[in-house]
Amino acid sequence: MIHQFKNNGYNVVIDVNSGAIHVVDDVTYDFLSYWQESGKEQAFAKMKETHSQVSESELLEIQSEIDSLIQDGSLFTEDNYEPKIKDFTARPTVVKALCLHITHDCNLACKYCFAEEGEYHTGKRELMSYEVGKQALDFLVANSGSRVNLEVDFFGGEPLMNWQVVKDLVAYGRSIEKQHNKNFRFTLTTNGVLLNDEIQEFANKEMANVVLSCDGRPEIHDLMRPFRKGAPSYDIVMPKFKKLAESRNQDKYYIRGTFTRNNLDFSKDVIHLANEGFKQISVEPVVAQETDDYALREEDLPKLFEEYDSLAAEMMRRQGTDKDFNFFHFMIDLEGGPCVYKRLSGCGSGTEYMAVTPTGELYPCHQFVGNTDFCLGDVWNGVKKTEVVNEFKHCNVYAKEECRNCFARFYCSGGCAANAFNFTGSILGNYHVGCELQKKRIECAIALKVHAASKDA
Amino acid sequence: MEHIKTLNTKRLQNTVKEGGCGECQTSCQSACKTSCTVGNQSCEQK
Repeated sequence: MIHQFKNNGYNVVIDVNSGAIHVVDDVTYDFLSYWQESGKEQAFAKMKETHSQVSESELLEIQSEIDSLIQDGSLFTEDNYEPKIKDFTARPTVVKALCLHITHDCNLACKYCFAEEGEYHTGKRELMSYEVGKQALDFLVANSGSRVNLEVDFFGGEPLMNWQVVKDLVAYGRSIEKQHNKNFRFTLTTNGVLLNDEIQEFANKEMANVVLSCDGRPEIHDLMRPFRKGAPSYDIVMPKFKKLAESRNQDKYYIRGTFTRNNLDFSKDVIHLANEGFKQISVEPVVAQETDDYALREEDLPKLFEEYDSLAAEMMRRQGTDKDFNFFHFMIDLEGGPCVYKRLSGCGSGTEYMAVTPTGELYPCHQFVGNTDFCLGDVWNGVKKTEVVNEFKHCNVYAKEECRNCFARFYCSGGCAANAFNFTGSILGNYHVGCELQKKRIECAIALKVHAASKDA
Repeated sequence: MEHIKTLNTKRLQNTVKEGGCGECQTSCQSACKTSCTVGNQSCEQK
């Protein structure tokens, strides 16, 4: 199976099952399209019929190049992975990452918040105690088998509202790493309101990554991310974010925004953040109920595709200049990326990754918190609802009919289980708008790589 | 090759044998929290 697309003047061919990426001329592009449709012999005949201006010797030359890449395992490679992925996902899994909901409270009232201003459908504002957090880290260590790297994200609500507990938990984690042969990678997600020099210094010492929430242009940010009484927050958080990004040498952080139906022209928000000096940027589609007025709709897709294309074009123009920046959803590692198991076995929610509430309950991921059907157990007694864990364990691309034949499956791993559940009622469903956007992003990401390679050449 | 330029040398079928160690980062833990993107992640064995 191949996937072909044209982007910013490049003809790109992805050999889906091997991950090989090819750039081809116009004639070869058409030849490959016929080849996929009807096989070698018929493709040649069709090319002679439709491309009479191309000599037979040139067609034979192209045919021979294609043949040699097929031989080489770089074109029309078969998908032989299914039995291996089934065995892989059936293996006993270990927990390797926790999302610690260090607070279910927030000092902002973002309109799209899936955490409902931190309360997560519970109507209660809560802070995680040190004891609960400590037990969560012990649970992680005890359930992580021989895995060395353990990831812990301090999430909320707004985690800086419970900062002392964050610091104490980092200290506790560090104190037990050596004896258990573990390496904690702590990360922090914050809205920046309470950020100060002391927190910055601590974060730079201890946090492997920091995610800073900002939506881009001031009017867009302030529309969706006001304080509880409606006051704007952009001018308060922006200077702090700039300072933090600089103090981390513009690395190992993301300034992360959400785009909604209110800013379908979100590429302007990305460019705004880049022009403010940020080098690590992520601006992502909102996850919302269809009934929300800011939710993205099917009819918005053409506009959103245009936005991704225009963002990619701008990034191409900036490549190699001091205005260059990374856009998280356009980052792709074509040489050192993950193995096929990682790519096809799903995101790990409910098995390798779990969220912990302030009171110590375990959920498959942060997006499911508050939906008690998905409460898996707690950090003292471990996972009790094994049937739910099993459901997540077997949620991979081969369990989803629409993923089986999608070229993007090696890049998105079957997509987000929470999105699938929210839109279709099943974690095995597909959230169509999300899939279409993901496919577009992959194409843009590859086009950027092609552009960089063509400049090098 | 005249008509086809190949961009990368990594082939997924070659990762079947030695892959699957599970040391890599969880997809959602990187930045997103709302989407699953694995193509951009790094292999810990490299």
